Amino acid sequence: MTVLATPTRPSSSWPPSDTPAEEAPHSKPRRGWWHLVLVPVALLFATPFVQMFLTSLTPESEINRFPVRFFPSELTLDGYAKLFRDTDVLLWTSNTVLVSLVAVGSHLVLCSLAGYGFARLKFPGRNVGFFMIIATIMIPTQLLMVPTYVMFARVGIIDTLAAAMVPWLASVFGIFLMRQFFLSLPVELEEAALLDGCSRFTTFWRIILPLARPALATLAIFTLLSSWNDLVWPLIAINDPSAFTLQLGITNFQGARRTDWSLLMASNVVATLPLIVFFVFAQKQFIATMSFTGVKG
Amino acid sequence: MTATDVATRRPGTVRPTRRPGHPRRVRDGLTGWGFVAPATLIVLGLSIFPAVWAFLLSLQDWNGFSTPEAVGFDNYREMAADPDLGGAALHTLLYTALFVPASVLLGLGLAVALNRRIVLVGLYRTLIFLPFVVSAAATGILTTYLFNPQFGLVNNVLRAIGLPPQGWLEDPNQAMVVLAIMSLWGQAAFTTVIYLAALQDIPAELTEAARVDGANRWQSFWHVTFPQLAPVTVFVSIWQTIQAIQLFDLVYTTTRGGPLGATETIVYYLWTSAFKDLEFGYASAVAYGLFAVTLAITIGVTIYSRRSTVGGF
Repeated sequence: MTVLATPTRPSSSWPPSDTPAEEAPHSKPRRGWWHLVLVPVALLFATPFVQMFLTSLTPESEINRFPVRFFPSELTLDGYAKLFRDTDVLLWTSNTVLVSLVAVGSHLVLCSLAGYGFARLKFPGRNVGFFMIIATIMIPTQLLMVPTYVMFARVGIIDTLAAAMVPWLASVFGIFLMRQFFLSLPVELEEAALLDGCSRFTTFWRIILPLARPALATLAIFTLLSSWNDLVWPLIAINDPSAFTLQLGITNFQGARRTDWSLLMASNVVATLPLIVFFVFAQKQFIATMSFTGVKG
Repeated sequence: MTATDVATRRPGTVRPTRRPGHPRRVRDGLTGWGFVAPATLIVLGLSIFPAVWAFLLSLQDWNGFSTPEAVGFDNYREMAADPDLGGAALHTLLYTALFVPASVLLGLGLAVALNRRIVLVGLYRTLIFLPFVVSAAATGILTTYLFNPQFGLVNNVLRAIGLPPQGWLEDPNQAMVVLAIMSLWGQAAFTTVIYLAALQDIPAELTEAARVDGANRWQSFWHVTFPQLAPVTVFVSIWQTIQAIQLFDLVYTTTRGGPLGATETIVYYLWTSAFKDLEFGYASAVAYGLFAVTLAITIGVTIYSRRSTVGGF
């Protein structure tokens, strides 16, 4: 369940520092016995991934069989072939990609605009508005499920992708994150631009936003992770398989194809691999995002 | 954006004398709301508005189609006497008791282990953090596979070391334990990251002073480092408790409340009431009850930690 977050490092400043483990001045380098702890733990954490990839490549005949083997005798793409041939997984993937693109795009635009407005502009109702937004952190997702469903039904977006997108168009987390970032910028930058005759919007768009790349990266990752992995909103609002997201599709497999393990694991790989690759390449930003949120799909 | 071409205040310049004050105020208001209105409307429209609506729904008997019938606080009275809800509350409590202490301790342990300059630490960190990106749907499939009583990896390992295989998700006494284990796998990264950041905020002089005074590593950790982490421990405990109380996704993607209702949590029960039994009013009442409990826990722990020496949260 996804929860919009408060900043979780009360004593640290933003943006978060570099990858943490490197600086521990009080620990002597190369204390070898820590490996004795970390190797088994890391292997334990990696095991489900190894099983997922191996099983997706295992011939069906070798899966429900004794004696069970960890490594298959041969690797095959049958699971993937079945997945792409017999199911709508490509459609669901493109649905999810579309939902995530809209979510990330909308988040980046709307939350940075609002964050800037709340950080820098003076206008009537600003404090009340910001307070109300922050107060919504207290409202848990499950409180919203029924009325949101009814609302979506009234607007007529049940069984459409819009139902999966709308909850991710903007978020408290995004507004708060961007506001904190803009507050940390020196005000002289924009004053110079304003004196030169730029409008507020031009100043924001040309001068301020390009400086906000680190915060925007954090925001993009948060939104991607949340919208890609989201299950609750599609689950309550989408019953039509042609509007399924990837998560909804593979959840449905569990009922329909409960023993077809190579196919199930292949679908798991399809749903997870993009985020894994992304994580490996943008680990630092992911960690920054994680330390700012409690988000977990 | 309507605010685009609105000319803006230039600090230090002389303002036009024509009707001073008022037009500028309107202009500032337009510019400001132009920036914040879209996101604000979306956020409030999808939170405060439905939250208020949920409260009104909780005072009704409604299946989504018929004419809603006002029933006052009947739904809340019904809740108090609902044995299924009581059961769901117990299961949720069990999961919380399993998950929260374990996740806090695991996060602390992993953070301490990862907080050193040793070779391969980057690789360890990647492997331990990676499960964080795995969705509940994918975790569900993995859980069902790894803990399959017949051919699952966990039982294979048990057999290999001469222990009896277990029923896991098919055993009402073990299913919740399995869910807690897999939640730990998926969420250890969060508590670890928080503790890592906190560990680095502790001045090195503190532990050095303790060492100089003759404390060993273990003593300096428990008597110097750990107390410094107290505010963070309070924070992650509250946070993880709130997460645990709201457990739904993983139940939905693994057991769907089974076996024999052993993993039916409060939110799963709420979801069933709303979207299977179509009792929108009752489900909303349950949601408000849960909200009240969550709020009470948060406030209670915060006040308690402010009063005791933990402080600073």
